[in-house]
Amino acid sequence: MSDRTQFRGWGRTAPVVASAVSSTPAQVGELLRGAGPRGLIARGLGRSYGDAAQNSGGQVLLPMSGEPHLEGDRVVAAAGTSLHDLMRYLLPRGRFLPVTPGTRYVSVGGAIACDVHGKSHHVTGTFGANIDGFDLVTPDGQTRAVTPGGDPELFWATVGGMGLTGVITSATLRTIPVETGWASVTTDRHDDLDSLMAAMREGDDAWTYSVAWVDTLSPGRSGARALGRSVLSRGEHARLDELDARRAHTPYPLPGDPRLGAPPGIPSGLVSRTTVRAFNELWYRRAPRHRSGELQTLATFFHPLDGVADWNRLYGPAGFVQYQLVVPDDAGEVVRDAVATLAASGHASFLAVLKRFGPANDGLLSFPMAGWTLALDLPARAGLAGLLDRLDDAVIEAGGRVYLAKDSRLRADRFAAMYPRREEFARVRDRVDPGRVLSSDLARRLDL
Amino acid sequence: MIDALGRPQSLLLLGGTSEIALATARAWADARPVVTLAARPGAGRDQAVAALRSDGFEVEVVDFDAEDTDAHPALIEAIAAVRDIDVAVLAFGVLGDEEEAWTDHAAAVRLARVNYTGAVSVGVCLAAVVRRQGHGTIVALSSVAGERVRRSNFVYGSTKAGMDGFFMGLGEALREYGGAVLVVRPGFVHTKMTAGRPAAPLSVTADQVAASIVKGVADGSELVWVPPLMRGVMSGLRHVPRPLFRRLPL
Repeated sequence: MSDRTQFRGWGRTAPVVASAVSSTPAQVGELLRGAGPRGLIARGLGRSYGDAAQNSGGQVLLPMSGEPHLEGDRVVAAAGTSLHDLMRYLLPRGRFLPVTPGTRYVSVGGAIACDVHGKSHHVTGTFGANIDGFDLVTPDGQTRAVTPGGDPELFWATVGGMGLTGVITSATLRTIPVETGWASVTTDRHDDLDSLMAAMREGDDAWTYSVAWVDTLSPGRSGARALGRSVLSRGEHARLDELDARRAHTPYPLPGDPRLGAPPGIPSGLVSRTTVRAFNELWYRRAPRHRSGELQTLATFFHPLDGVADWNRLYGPAGFVQYQLVVPDDAGEVVRDAVATLAASGHASFLAVLKRFGPANDGLLSFPMAGWTLALDLPARAGLAGLLDRLDDAVIEAGGRVYLAKDSRLRADRFAAMYPRREEFARVRDRVDPGRVLSSDLARRLDL
Repeated sequence: MIDALGRPQSLLLLGGTSEIALATARAWADARPVVTLAARPGAGRDQAVAALRSDGFEVEVVDFDAEDTDAHPALIEAIAAVRDIDVAVLAFGVLGDEEEAWTDHAAAVRLARVNYTGAVSVGVCLAAVVRRQGHGTIVALSSVAGERVRRSNFVYGSTKAGMDGFFMGLGEALREYGGAVLVVRPGFVHTKMTAGRPAAPLSVTADQVAASIVKGVADGSELVWVPPLMRGVMSGLRHVPRPLFRRLPL
């Protein structure tokens, strides 16, 4: 089956047309051997923001789903399984994934290809660091069982490899036991970025989960309003004895489907400086100065945005860009400068997210490294390109990089400066995909 | 690829010595697109290439003659074989002497060949590339002169009217293939093509046209007027009764 379909990323920018193809795992090899001159890329749930899961003029393989099953404390899942479905399967069995990103609506294959991370990165590392292995179909038609011990080179090229080493058909993931489906959450409000970063530096290690939301519109030290006022949220899985009688009745509340949806037809410009400022004000005032032991469902704690379907439509037809950077520990000033630049520029980011990462793994194109990561959502409009180019240069200068799963506008030469291991990555591709059958618009844009 | 903020990685300038074409490349300097400059060989082309290179662009040069339509398919295919054509700008065209253009047979035919036949020829070749790529934007430089053709430059105006209609239609045809066409209708542009002519009201510079192209590509626009006010002016003129239109100093 194959038909002409428009594809774009979650940011709804840069639409292209490609052939959508469906397949079973057993047929993927044949599909790859017969791919046309513009190649093929596997697509999951389309949550990468830019052009990672689209392949203009070529083929886009739609997700292959299947029923997950537990084998001891491991879960085996088809690549197209969403983390949403996986969590609904695992929670009643008293298990959970050690790494969950900010949305459940990503596929297992996509989570490996982007080597996603979550609030636990400083403790657990990335998604790819918590798997035993996966089945990978390479363009020679072979299905390879890839493990970090068996073929470390191919494993660590595929983890974070943006789908460019083969098509993952299934994976074996580690799980963790959880007594409940609740999180015990401690919230602290900070008046400015300096106090937030100090608190994270000192306190994060004591928590499994930690992330902060930063208001990028508060303009700086004029009176009480300071640069980067923020809310730090940290948590642990709640133990059964922490639940009150009411909650103990439903120890494993399952994440549901979104109850709200953004309607189609919203014009560009709804997400503006004015509306974001109003939203941020409300959100900041709603947060307590300090509160501990609040019980939240895992869905509320990990995936607050999943409550609204198609929230990306709020940005209107012009779409938006997400920019996520990481810089080493000693380059915290890049984060501060980025927030200050943004506050001064008039480009409004809905709550920026700040987190401290633990050490990098061996993934050749994996994003996280020890230090600070800042994620910004920005409406696509004039003037943004130059602003982000300047941020790129500051990030490169500091020895950091930007996240490819979020990227939609990085220039190839800056990518090369951020990811020095791209040459090793190219050598692995020379081995498994010398004809560059696996291709995507991101690969073309970054000359990858 | 054209990135999320509308910036191309590769730029094909057909009629690459035109000031509007060069200004468009410069307007995208931040994105550092590879520029393929297609023009007739000569001192003008050498200068244009040198200017772009000194601005830091990687430039490739190909021979292009708008009238030699037989050569167009192979030429466009050869360019597309090297890398995707993200944005192609059709900036070639001749204005000629308005009175000679309808009294001298050769002059009239040449205007039609370059401005209309040449544009259609290149447009069809580019369309084939865009369909195959699944993306790409063709920028066609039309003119307000084609919106309502007037006595003073009707041969030029008629060629622009024809090519404008072709590219508006091509944009519709390419939508389902992931391609886009941006038709640009500038008013009087101060360039060497118009040097010595009295500037019309609402005249613009090549840089202003370039800025409109960059914005139009980023916004996914199908049609831009430069300056934007021209749209209203021409919309009014379009409905002026012919006896009155004839008397207007246009």
